[in-house]
Order: sequence, then C-alpha cells, then structure tokens
Amino acid sequence: MSDTTPARSMEINGTVIDDTFAEGFGMRGTRILITAQNHRWAYNAANAMTGFATSVIACGVEAGIERELSPDETPDGRPGYSVLLFAAGSAVLIKQVETRMGQCVLTSPTSAAFSGIDGGDRINLGKNLRFFGDGFQQSKKIGSRRYWRIPVMDGEFLVEETTGMVRAVGGGNFLVLADSQPQALAACEAAIDAMKKLPNIVMPFPGGVVRSGSKVGSKYKALMASTNDAFCPTIRGITKSEISPGIESVMEIVIDGLTEADVREATRVGVQACCDIGAKGGIRRISAGNYGGKLGQFQFHLHDIMGGAK
Amino acid sequence: MSALTFTLKNPAGSADIDCGGLTADALAGKTAAEVAALPLLVGGRTAKVDDVFEVSGADAMQIVFRGSTARCHRIGAGATTGSIRVEGDAGDHLGAQLRGAEIAVTGNAGAFAACEMKKGRITVQGNVGDYAGAPLPGNKKGMSGGMLVVHGNAGERLADQLRRGQILVGGNTGAWTASRMIAGTVLVLGQVGPHCGHGMRRGTLIVRQRPDLPATFADCGTHTLAFLPLLMASWKEAGAPFATLPVNPRAQRWMGDTGGTGKGEVLVWA
Repeated sequence: MSDTTPARSMEINGTVIDDTFAEGFGMRGTRILITAQNHRWAYNAANAMTGFATSVIACGVEAGIERELSPDETPDGRPGYSVLLFAAGSAVLIKQVETRMGQCVLTSPTSAAFSGIDGGDRINLGKNLRFFGDGFQQSKKIGSRRYWRIPVMDGEFLVEETTGMVRAVGGGNFLVLADSQPQALAACEAAIDAMKKLPNIVMPFPGGVVRSGSKVGSKYKALMASTNDAFCPTIRGITKSEISPGIESVMEIVIDGLTEADVREATRVGVQACCDIGAKGGIRRISAGNYGGKLGQFQFHLHDIMGGAK
Repeated sequence: MSALTFTLKNPAGSADIDCGGLTADALAGKTAAEVAALPLLVGGRTAKVDDVFEVSGADAMQIVFRGSTARCHRIGAGATTGSIRVEGDAGDHLGAQLRGAEIAVTGNAGAFAACEMKKGRITVQGNVGDYAGAPLPGNKKGMSGGMLVVHGNAGERLADQLRRGQILVGGNTGAWTASRMIAGTVLVLGQVGPHCGHGMRRGTLIVRQRPDLPATFADCGTHTLAFLPLLMASWKEAGAPFATLPVNPRAQRWMGDTGGTGKGEVLVWA
C-alpha cells in the first residue's frame, strides 16, 4: 500500500487527518444467525465460525461477530449472535460457509443456525450439511423457509436450508499513528468499541485491529505481500517513510461491510473515537491505505467522511 | 365493488352441484349477469348458474356462498387466487387441488377437503369428512403445500399420503390418521382414532396424548426439539386455539412405521 503526503490540512482535536483515502473492493457477503441454549455457547459457535478469518489472502473469508442477539431477536427464541462472512467471490464464500458450518457450528453443543439475510442469492447453509444425518435427517418446511433437523448426540441440530448472499464491500480501513504503542492500542480499542455498536460491519482482525499492515509485493519473489515499510516506525530512517517525527507506533483497523454506506459510517465513527482521544492522548495522525485508486471499486476519502466533524 | 355472492335458491334440494368453476380464476372480469348465465353441472346435468344460485355483486376476488349446504361440491377447486367464504356447509372436494386461494367455511365440509392442495389456506369452523388432505382416488400424493385448519373433527384417513404442508385439527380425528404419510405436519388437539401413522414414511404427527399407535412404532424418548417453537410461530395465522397454545419444545417422540422406512414421527406433545 502507498500513501500520499497530506495536501489539505484537517485537524480534529489536534489529530491530523491525512488527505487520503481507503480503497475498498467489491466482495460477497452473508449473515448467519447462530443460537444456543445460552449466550456462552452461542458465542463459542460464533467465535469458532469466524475464527482464522482475518484476511481473504490466506483464510478464504474475512469474518467476525456482528453483534449479540437477545432471545426475542432470534427465530427460535434463544440467545444468539449474528456473524458476517465476506469473500472475494461467491464460490469461495459458499465453500467457506459450508465447511465452517460443518466444523464449527454443527459441532457446537445446543447450537442452531438460521439465515440472516432474507433477500439476495440463496446459498447453502444446511442444505448439504443434512447428509451428516445419514438418512435420519428430517426436513421441515415452515412458511416459505425450509429447515433441516439433523440428529446429533446432544439432541437435534436445527439449521435453515439456505441463507442470503449479497454484494458487499471489503477493505475499508484507517491507520492510527500515535506517540506510543500503548496510546495507539488504546485509541484502536476505543474505536472498535464504538464501531461494534454499528450494524452490517465487522472488523475481521484480532480484536478488530491489525498491527502488520501490508503492501503489495516483496523483494522475495515468492511473496505477494510484505510489511508496509512506509508505516513501520523502527525503520523510518532508511525507508521512504510516511511517518512523521515522534510517532512510535501505527495500527490499522480494517472494515468489511454489507454496503458502501456501512463502511463509510464505520470509518467515521472509528476515526472520531480516535480523535476524541486526540493529540493530548498521543494520537497524532489518522491515515488510510490504498493502492493509488487503481485496484478498488470504492474510495473512502477521510476528509469527505470526517468533513462534518469538529 | 361488492363480493360476488352465490345464494343457494333451494337449500332443501338434493341435487349435487359442481361449484368447481366458480372461482376468481374463471370469473374475474365477468358481470353478475354473465356469471349467472354460465353453465353449471347440477345433478349430473348441465344447467345454468342462476338455476340454483342467485348471483349478486361483481368482485370475483371475494366470492361468497350464502346458504351453502353439503350438496355444494368442489368449492374453490384448483383456485389460484382470491378468497372464498362459505356461509353454511360445503360438500365434498372443498378446495381440491387448491393452488393459492384462501377458503373459509363457517359450517362443515365433506370428504376429500383440501385433497391434493398445493398452496393457500382452508379454514373450516366445523368438521371435515374422510380423506381430508389425501390424494384423489388412484393418485399417490396428497396435499403438497398450504395449510388446512379444522376447528372441529376430521374423519378417517386424514392426511393420507400427505406430501407437504400443515393440517391443524382442533377436535378429534378418525381412524388411520396420517396413514402412509410421506412428509408434512399434522396437529391434532383432540383424540386420534385407531391405527394412526399406519404405513407412515416421513413427516410429523403431533398429538396431545399418546394415541393407539401400531406396534411398529418405536419410542425414542422425550426430548427438547428446537423446531417446535418455530412451527408454533407459524400457527399464529391460524387463530385460536392454535395460535394461543403455550410454547413448548418438549415432546415424546415415536418413530415409525418401521414396517416400512420408519422415518415418520409421532410427537406426543403435552
């Protein structure tokens, strides 16, 4: 990734907002509602389902828990979580949903899974998983929805046949440049806490934050991506660095959302949370990663997004 | 536009009337006079609609049979759209092969109600006769979608070879309930007659107390079944008493008929 030198100045609470943009890509996304006897076990299933799903580069999907669901928000009246999964293409998403459902949700005690998107293209949720039932599975069509009841050792695994897949947006991001590593992390934590209140988005990296932002390419031919040296503070003297003097640590928050507006709003809320800490809290700059605008369909310009902020 | 209304001229008459052609599909856009002049099978002979019915109104999307008796057969047969209200009783083959319309009967219905129904809803405030939701004689698949709601009792062979859809019965059912059932769901709140589930292949029969099951049904124990609350939620549109049952995911599960594939289930749901 490369970044441009700030051309226009914008400051919020002493934090400089770079005149740059995040570059987003079209993705395919889906939502799945996972319920269980209690939130603890719904979380275990949801957490496993969205594990090892930080980047499509090696994980197939980018995924995360969207939010906790109360019993009155779920189809079966039990506690649950909604999860969002995003992939670069529909074939990968379909395969990943199937394998993750089979290994992470089917296996999790007391779990059940339901479609989280009514419209869109229908992709398999339990349609093929039913064959685990070895002929003892039962179909139940209720209204327009078909469910599968698969006998398992703890009782019955109830799963809706399909869920909806929609066009989505991935790769939204912003970088937090701070005086120190603890300050960068504290700002990112505040941003994630604020962003988690928003619907239709996930921040797929651990805890929502990534410290190893990458650029395209490497000196090693076998690697397609390598460390984003322009934002690595410990080598700033020997690279074409984007880091201003005094900055010791940079962290990034990556955002995937169901729509461009969702990613945009998440960016605004996250950046604002960092700026609320501001220069007094060691947050010097907010920047963003892009590829010069040549690769992605979407551009999230920080100045446009934060234009109304004070 | 007022409902297209057929008022039976001679309720005491005995000639069977084939009302199968009196649906929104066939009558949309016709005036009352045009409808009145249409041919109608009465007692096996071709008569005209106004020989047996007084016709009024014009909105074929809302059809009313007023003063209807058990000799008014095939009401709503094959209808894809609109609503039909039967004030009184309906004869045999009520809503046979229904494909989307809604039918409500204030009285009783005869045999073969909802037979081979594919889509839509039929509500009968009184009783239905034998073979409700079953296939027509000689065919091998019964009702394959939609919902039949019977507030009274049902006769024998209810849901015979049911393929899909739901049948809710507030009262009792006769012998051979859910016989040869292929799939779908049947709920009986009252007593179920003998030999229920005979030859059942798949599907779900839900009852309130243990019925007289064939020896070829096996007890699978009492369990919490997550689909039951979802199923109950779909009964909300059926009105009381089905909509007001307390949500209960616990049921004793019997599976059979093991004389065949044995994948059907009878849930004794207290």
